[in-house]
Amino acid sequence: MTAPDLVLDCRGMRCPRPIIEIARHLGEVPVGGLVELLADDPATAVDLAAWCRMRGQALVTADGPRFRVRRV
Amino acid sequence: MAQPVSEVFLDSSSAEPLLPDARRAWLAASDAGWGDPLRLHRPGRLAAQALDRARDVVAQAVGARPDEVVFTASASHSAYAAVAGLARGRRRVGDVVVTTAVDHSAVLGAAAEVGRHAVVEVDRVGRLDLAAWRAAVSAPGVALACLQVGNHEVGTLQPYADALAAAQQAGVPVVLDATSALGRIDCAHLGGWSVLTGGAAAFGGPSSVGLLVLRKGARWRAPYPVDDYQDGRWPGAPDVPAVVAAAAALDSWLRMGRAVGERQRALVDQLRTALLERVPDLEVPGDPVARLPHLLTFSVLYLDGETLTLALDRAGFAVASGSACSARSEHPSHVLAAMGSLTHGNVRVGLTRTTTASQVAAFAEAVVRIAADLRSGLDLP
Repeated sequence: MTAPDLVLDCRGMRCPRPIIEIARHLGEVPVGGLVELLADDPATAVDLAAWCRMRGQALVTADGPRFRVRRV
Repeated sequence: MAQPVSEVFLDSSSAEPLLPDARRAWLAASDAGWGDPLRLHRPGRLAAQALDRARDVVAQAVGARPDEVVFTASASHSAYAAVAGLARGRRRVGDVVVTTAVDHSAVLGAAAEVGRHAVVEVDRVGRLDLAAWRAAVSAPGVALACLQVGNHEVGTLQPYADALAAAQQAGVPVVLDATSALGRIDCAHLGGWSVLTGGAAAFGGPSSVGLLVLRKGARWRAPYPVDDYQDGRWPGAPDVPAVVAAAAALDSWLRMGRAVGERQRALVDQLRTALLERVPDLEVPGDPVARLPHLLTFSVLYLDGETLTLALDRAGFAVASGSACSARSEHPSHVLAAMGSLTHGNVRVGLTRTTTASQVAAFAEAVVRIAADLRSGLDLP
């Protein structure tokens, strides 16, 4: 597994906070870069997939609490 | 300090406010229909007659015989009675209970309680996968299957005629949950269900009355101790005045006909268009066409449902939410999750029969303003 360009530790945060965090920090990685989101709120899996769909980003792995998104 | 008061009630998915006809009937029956319907004295006979008339109304609404109609304590009680009763009657066949992923939590809870629960997934708009449904009901050991006419959150209509036909072909009885559909669309010709359930709160009757319609010949056995009331199908003397009020509410809808539904359908279309045009990153889950007329749900990206609901309440609009924090649960709406829809920032709108176009327009304005205000505080890129 390749190392992510950025890790956001959002464990303990309630949704939508982890989604807000990834939206705020996605621009810090280059296009094609990988963001790892650590989040244990039960809504994260559904909401992150929905966010990726709505914002045109790529959900690479969803293995809660570890999620990886590639910036498109 | 004065408490903020919601002035426009848009939460008919929880309960339609009591209809005036239902209120009048309730009061009248409190005077003349309070007796024990099993007694031979005059108050008893009056109550029995009132109960018979109420059964006639429900039977007409769902296309059943009056003696197939049972009054319970709520839609949730009816759901449990329906599922557990068919499971009991069919236990020699098997113990698998098929539901869709978006059935009401009362149905899902009953299915998990009484047998092995098999779930049929839904697509992005919440419609069941007909091929998966057909396979699930045709599998060995299926006691019963459960299906909604229309979803209580997103309004999507299920392909109930085809799904019922598939179950019938497999010889599997179906519990059809008509709670959100009764009074809203024609429910007299839904197809070959074995048990139909509903609740009066959804159509402006008392929240203490549930409907359980058991087709003659359905292999249903009461899953609880029963007595002589309602032919041994639901125990205890029925609250006849409340039942009369429920029937009056349903009768009101039957007499109002399609006019209310058509008006609500147009208002929901206007609301959907306005929200999608004016609020960026907003999702409206559910089928925009094949749906119940009065329901709409939407989710606003980055906002939380509780904050949004409370801000709308302060602005004078009472709405519900399927987001986790506002549903008094750690988990968000299972319906939205099953559809892969955004679960945070969720608002559920249910128009009442008196909701006006100007109220809907004012509500859309309030959502646009509140969403922009709340987002501006989030420091988003």
